[in-house]
Amino acid sequence: MTAKTIIAREFKTVNGISGPLLFVQGTRNVAYGEYVEIIAQDGSVRHGQVLETSFEMAVVQVFEGTGGLSREHTIVRFTGEPLRFSVSTDVIGRMFNGSGKVIDGGPPIIPKEKLDVNGSPINPKSRAYPTDFIQTGISAIDGMNTLSRGQKLPLFSGNGLPHNEIAAQIARQAKVRKTEEKFLLIFAALGITVDEARFFINSFEESGALSRSVLFINLAQDPAIERILTPRLALTTAEYLAFEEDYHVLVIITDMTNYCEALREISAAREEVPGRRGYPGYMYTDLASIYERTGRVLGKLGSITQMPILTMPNDDITHPIPDLTGYITEGQIIVDRALHRRGIYPPIDVLPSLSRLMKEAIGQNKTRDDHRELSDQLYYMYAEGRSLRELVAVVGEEALTERDHMYLRAADRFEREFVSQGRYEERSIEQTLDIGWDILSSFPESELKRISLNTIQKYHPAKRSKVS
Amino acid sequence: MLKQKLKFGIIKKVVGPVIFAESMENITMYEMVKVGLDKIIGEVIRIEGDNAVIQVYEDTTGVSPGEPVEPTGSLLSVELGPGLLNQIFDGIQRPLTVLEKDSGFFIKRGVYPDSLPRNKKWHFIPIKKVGDEVVAGDILGYVKESPLLERHAIMVPPQIKNGQISYIVEEGDYTIDETIAKIDCGSNNVVEVNMVTKWPIRKPRPIKRRVSTYLPLITGQRIIDALFPIAKGGTAAIPGGFGTGKTVMQHQLAQWADANVIVYIGCGERGNEMAEVLERFPELKDPCSGLPLINRTILIANVSNMPIAAREASIYTGMTIAEYYRDMGYDVALMADSTSRWAEALREISGRLEEMPGEEGYPAYLSSRIAEFYERAGRCEVLGSDERYGSISVIGAVSPPGADFSEPVTQSTLRVVKVFWALDTSLAQRRHFPAINWLTSYSLYKNDLDLWFAKYFPNWSSLTKEFMQILQEEEELIEIVRLVGPDALSEFQKLVLEYARKIREDYLMQHAYSPADSYCALKKNYYMMCLLSYFYNESKKLVDRGIQVSKINSLPSVQELSRMKFVSNEEFETFYLNLLERLKKDLSSLVEGVKS
Ligand SMILES: Nc1ncnc2c1ncn2[C@@H]1O[C@H](COP(=O)(O)OP(=O)(O)O)[C@@H](O)[C@H]1O
Ligand SMILES: [Mg+2]
Repeated sequence: MTAKTIIAREFKTVNGISGPLLFVQGTRNVAYGEYVEIIAQDGSVRHGQVLETSFEMAVVQVFEGTGGLSREHTIVRFTGEPLRFSVSTDVIGRMFNGSGKVIDGGPPIIPKEKLDVNGSPINPKSRAYPTDFIQTGISAIDGMNTLSRGQKLPLFSGNGLPHNEIAAQIARQAKVRKTEEKFLLIFAALGITVDEARFFINSFEESGALSRSVLFINLAQDPAIERILTPRLALTTAEYLAFEEDYHVLVIITDMTNYCEALREISAAREEVPGRRGYPGYMYTDLASIYERTGRVLGKLGSITQMPILTMPNDDITHPIPDLTGYITEGQIIVDRALHRRGIYPPIDVLPSLSRLMKEAIGQNKTRDDHRELSDQLYYMYAEGRSLRELVAVVGEEALTERDHMYLRAADRFEREFVSQGRYEERSIEQTLDIGWDILSSFPESELKRISLNTIQKYHPAKRSKVS
Repeated sequence: MLKQKLKFGIIKKVVGPVIFAESMENITMYEMVKVGLDKIIGEVIRIEGDNAVIQVYEDTTGVSPGEPVEPTGSLLSVELGPGLLNQIFDGIQRPLTVLEKDSGFFIKRGVYPDSLPRNKKWHFIPIKKVGDEVVAGDILGYVKESPLLERHAIMVPPQIKNGQISYIVEEGDYTIDETIAKIDCGSNNVVEVNMVTKWPIRKPRPIKRRVSTYLPLITGQRIIDALFPIAKGGTAAIPGGFGTGKTVMQHQLAQWADANVIVYIGCGERGNEMAEVLERFPELKDPCSGLPLINRTILIANVSNMPIAAREASIYTGMTIAEYYRDMGYDVALMADSTSRWAEALREISGRLEEMPGEEGYPAYLSSRIAEFYERAGRCEVLGSDERYGSISVIGAVSPPGADFSEPVTQSTLRVVKVFWALDTSLAQRRHFPAINWLTSYSLYKNDLDLWFAKYFPNWSSLTKEFMQILQEEEELIEIVRLVGPDALSEFQKLVLEYARKIREDYLMQHAYSPADSYCALKKNYYMMCLLSYFYNESKKLVDRGIQVSKINSLPSVQELSRMKFVSNEEFETFYLNLLERLKKDLSSLVEGVKS
């Protein structure tokens, strides 16, 4: 392979400015994806990246936005290198802004490596399939949509719903049982409010997680285009800490909806043919380049677990942002407005929620041998109860059979006793499963078709109390 | 071959995976080129004068205008020969195991190891001798490629119309590059044949003729085999929103379908799903031979964060490999998960070319490309002077945005495939898996395949029709309940609802992760239908005599129907006979109750 000589080149030939983009003329041999520094008239430096390059012109996206830049007085410096981020274990316990500058008043980071923020795809052959159960202490997740180490599992929420509380509770409580391993939290804020950011930071501080975390903060008033960069910095850091330094990293990114808006803004400025609802046609691939930077690798001790949060515009799950996310992530946890209105916390609707990696994370030696059958039965019961509720709304209670009433009552109990829990209540998996059994014990055994007779014998409360 | 002096072109413009180059005289369409100083691989997708547009199979970061483009004189091709099975490749057939050894767990750019192992020796057994006349497709001998494919045929390449064998090696161990035969094609043209050939991925391999035979591809999935079967050489689409079970179904088919060779293409989907196949298939046993399933499987993995141009190529790479095994006379099943990601790659590249967008931004040629792809499926008589038949069954997952089937990829696919397994989000949310909607799905092979099933199970067809009819009736009855409440139903209608519930829950639902339920042999499938149908038809008589459905339902043997799926294939016949006996007894006891 030919090594390219890295030369920085400066141009003062900005020919056009459109949205977040600069069009620089006469650039000739600028490389695609190259990292760019933009020096404004007042001497302040912004940074950017090449989106398109030809003999005549280069198109540069400016992460800080183009506000205040002029054609005449802007110097564009092509660095000849990709955009890199300096990492070492020094980043632990530190806070950065959305483009990776230290903002906690502490000393600069002494780098061990300077990594390309775009990363490289993990060879599918080298991946280790996630199998380690993470106990979040939240029954709706642990019991019904189990999270495992190395999984990417987003929260799909809506404006005004308590997704931040849920994420903070998970960050506080998440643990892999029976192990003492190096655990770290990476938090990337994309366009959230000061209050929201403060909520997270306080919550991390309170639980003592702050000293084991790395924060990247882009607030609502910060440049929007920077949000393209922020998750990539977070994940570059995560990859380094997981695969070079053996940490188990949990990455929380909020709010991915703001990321997608930034993507749309750039696409519009480039006058690309828009895909569905104005979002670029390549949004799936772009989101994958973030979400797929998760997982475990054969022969490495560390892991990256990702929990992106997104607010669904209009609570619409078919909107391209949740839709494309759901097609990439390994399931989704749905935060539901109706449950929230009824005062249930966490208002997780387990029916449309899913954990695709659950099957390998549960069972004997992981959670408990009755877990799969029990959750299958609970799903059946709750789905049945919910559709009966709809029926009641139409034809009234009188028309229902005794069996129907049983399901209705159990579905109510499921929401009030199983799903609902305190913000600081941390349930062990055994507690979660036992609550499930308690609800199911109101049914005759013949209704428990999803559970084998052996398991009923072993775990059904009626049988167990007989034994003791 | 005469090597023309190839002239380098110059990169003019780079936009993501698309590169515009000039001074590209003598370049041909779909020619493979090496781009830039790192010599990454690309393919010419448009020519305008001396300018060419190239789609590049790797990340183009760092490539700049002014760098060279080197033509290779050949079309983008795959290598075909022993050593394909049990392997995992990326979209342009780079072996991922070798890449991992060479450059670690992150995929590095510009590394092109050989697709097939070069120094491995294969035991070749010739079946032809010097002097034999041969034509394209004739089998020269066999190699044992894997425990599940004992006879990998080394064939006369399609380019050789006919000739006479002037040399052939003796039985022994050879590498794929060693000459194993020479074929004299006349006029001083002697062609040396070794065990590896190349074939351009976008060009279907030639066949003698297509044949229409009606053999089922048995999948071990009850709803498919019984209600919506696919033929060997058939085409099927699985559209469904995210989480509806497309991938699990594709994995199930890759595991259990009764094909000789499986080509599984992970096209723009998750890395972990490929890791899962790689971990599970070496452990899973083929139900017939008891040997690990990975021995008949070839994986193509170009997951969502790998370069999109290689994603576009991946389905052709997989298809060409499938054709190669079909040409030996095998039944191949090809799964592509998901064809929507392939279509999106097409759309993205088309967008960069600033082509006129069609519906939803897809290029106008989307539906013809889809049709051309499925056209390569089928059962056919393959080349060669002996009469050999092979087939490729193609099952494509489709991922419609917002689970809305009216979008272009789903619609274009439905125009060409013969089987439609519609996955339903509401079924998936109730955890009814496989979430195949029984009212909207169809198989155009059903009637023809019923003739085959009738040979082994005389009333197979009438049982499946009864099931479909009851499910249809259920839909209508539910509508009545919704309007006027359950009280309006007659006892007989209640029985129909109960039967339908049993069909749905005790028969159609099939648990992919339950060892006893994951694969349902035809015999078990049949007996399950028989038991349910027996329950219904006997109960009908009881209801006629005024016995309540709830009473019938509480009989122990009737209750047991709900657990029958967890009885293993091996034990099922005994179980069936036993349960049938008890059903008879229990049901008739109710009649006696009425009499007395
Ligand atoms: N046949 C099945 N048996 C049990 N679970 C299933 C089955 N099919 C799907 N599932 C469940 O649904 C989830 C999503 O299925 P998947 O095939 O990944 O969906 P898709 O590819 O359509 O997004 C799986 O992780 C699994 O939990
Ligand atoms: Mg899938």
